[in-house]
Amino acid sequence: MTDAGAGAGAGAGAPVAESPPDPQGPGTDVPDRFTLFSRWLHWVMAALVVAMIFIGAAMVASLADYRLLVSVHKPLGMAVLLLAVVRLVNRFLHRAPPHPRAMGTGERRAALASECLMYGLMVSQPLVGWAMVSASDTPFTVLGVRVPPIAPAGPGIYSALHETHLVLGYALFILFTLHMLAILVHVLVLRDGLLGRMALWRTSRQEPVAVRRGGP
Amino acid sequence: MEHEDLKPPAAPARELRRRSALLGIGAVACVGAVDVGAFAYVSGRATPDRLTPGRLADGFETVFGKHPGFRRNHAKGVSVAGEFVASGAGTAVSEATVFEDGRRTPVTGRFSLSGGVPDVADATKTVRGLALRFDLPDGEQWRTAMVNLPVFQDRTPQGFYDRMLAFKALPDTGQPDPEKKAAFLAEHPETVRAMELAKKHPPTSGFADSTFNGLNAFHFTNSSGGSVPVRWSMVPLQPVRAAAKGPIGRNELFETLIDTFDGGPLRWRLVLTIGGPEDPLDDATLPWPDSRRTLDAGVLTLTSVHTEASGNARDVNFDPTVLPRGIAVSDDPLLSARSSVYARSFARRTGEPDTKGTVKVTGKHDD
Repeated sequence: MTDAGAGAGAGAGAPVAESPPDPQGPGTDVPDRFTLFSRWLHWVMAALVVAMIFIGAAMVASLADYRLLVSVHKPLGMAVLLLAVVRLVNRFLHRAPPHPRAMGTGERRAALASECLMYGLMVSQPLVGWAMVSASDTPFTVLGVRVPPIAPAGPGIYSALHETHLVLGYALFILFTLHMLAILVHVLVLRDGLLGRMALWRTSRQEPVAVRRGGP
Repeated sequence: MEHEDLKPPAAPARELRRRSALLGIGAVACVGAVDVGAFAYVSGRATPDRLTPGRLADGFETVFGKHPGFRRNHAKGVSVAGEFVASGAGTAVSEATVFEDGRRTPVTGRFSLSGGVPDVADATKTVRGLALRFDLPDGEQWRTAMVNLPVFQDRTPQGFYDRMLAFKALPDTGQPDPEKKAAFLAEHPETVRAMELAKKHPPTSGFADSTFNGLNAFHFTNSSGGSVPVRWSMVPLQPVRAAAKGPIGRNELFETLIDTFDGGPLRWRLVLTIGGPEDPLDDATLPWPDSRRTLDAGVLTLTSVHTEASGNARDVNFDPTVLPRGIAVSDDPLLSARSSVYARSFARRTGEPDTKGTVKVTGKHDD
């Protein structure tokens, strides 16, 4: 029994330790998917952001449910802001898994640009909303706790922030739609296992890992 | 060679791949259509007949014309300031600090006339408004917009919108189209009853001797957690005089109000009416019985009057759902609707050129 095998403890460790790193494929330090924490963050935020986009759109067009929707929109927006900051820090602390090899340079650039834009919107949209409430000089509490204003009160600044909040809301809707449709193209048309990087469940792309672990 | 060997099995495989790719593209297109359709639906774009805050605000512009920078309703007004001194009686029903015995709460307010025309001629019959913003400790606020009607004319926002359009004055007669008016009233018995009740409470001589009613019901909660439904009114301490018969001067109501401030502050008692178990909480057209218990929560004293301008009542959206701890909204559908339409009016006018109020207060009052 070699030292490497003894060190790994399990049979599954031996082939990894013995096989030389594949210069073409992912190295041992590059994961094939995002960390479990990152993936959970992604899906929780996805649910929140999509809910917020639709709540925001419904709120603006609703007479009967305006109060209720606003009372959900404000705390949820603050939750998105908090999670977006956690996610941004987390993103810089962990390397992203590589894209499928079939993805071209242009496609990778588009993916990166949309990711940057999404992070920018997830942080800026709640901030603009918060500033807008501040500018309207309306008391703002979340779960009974008073939230301090982050912008001076005034009609001009309120109007500018309100317009910005609307534009960013539409931008989020468009970006979310493009992001979701692009992923669906990868899953349903290209079938290149791209979703496996972010999925909470095992996908076909991860099967080789499972085979290696359970195999002889 | 190799190429030719692969050809027979490759053809059906390619066909399969092509089919599954087409299915995939179809599925992606379906998801995209559902996504865009859902967004169009919730944002009201797919349902042009549904009344939305934006369409209600448009209704004001249709009836009264566009007046950039002014409120879509109650466009003509004047800013006032003063304070509220609590009697302590209100603490029996609400834990709001504004009701604590002897507490003085600064107030910014606004007297107004209903309608969306900022320089409309004063008329005794025009509905008068008093809106207030109480600035409580710890950044809390209580905003209310009241009128001098005993009950509101409409039960729902749709009723309000339909009435506004049905009662639109015709350019030649200055009166509503009799047919449209009759058709509306035939369908809205609650409005007919409310108008009859209003006739029993004719308008007084001016703003200073008007009683202003909050109309909507709210839930008050005291420090022991007990909750009761409440409607509130501001009852004048100035002697009440009957309104003059016949036409009045173009700005007479406002000029009289401004002149009254020369004689000292103006005062109103804040009266809280406690609703009974059967009293309607979601219908502002129905009065509560006169026998209901009332509380004198304190006295509102208004000491100064100002032309509407930057930094005073002009910049306040008197959203009746901005409430301190101890007061909460009821299920009255008008409250959510008012909040949404006031927000829309505020968003529109703050995005338009800066304006000053059309009612000019001369220097001696504008301290």
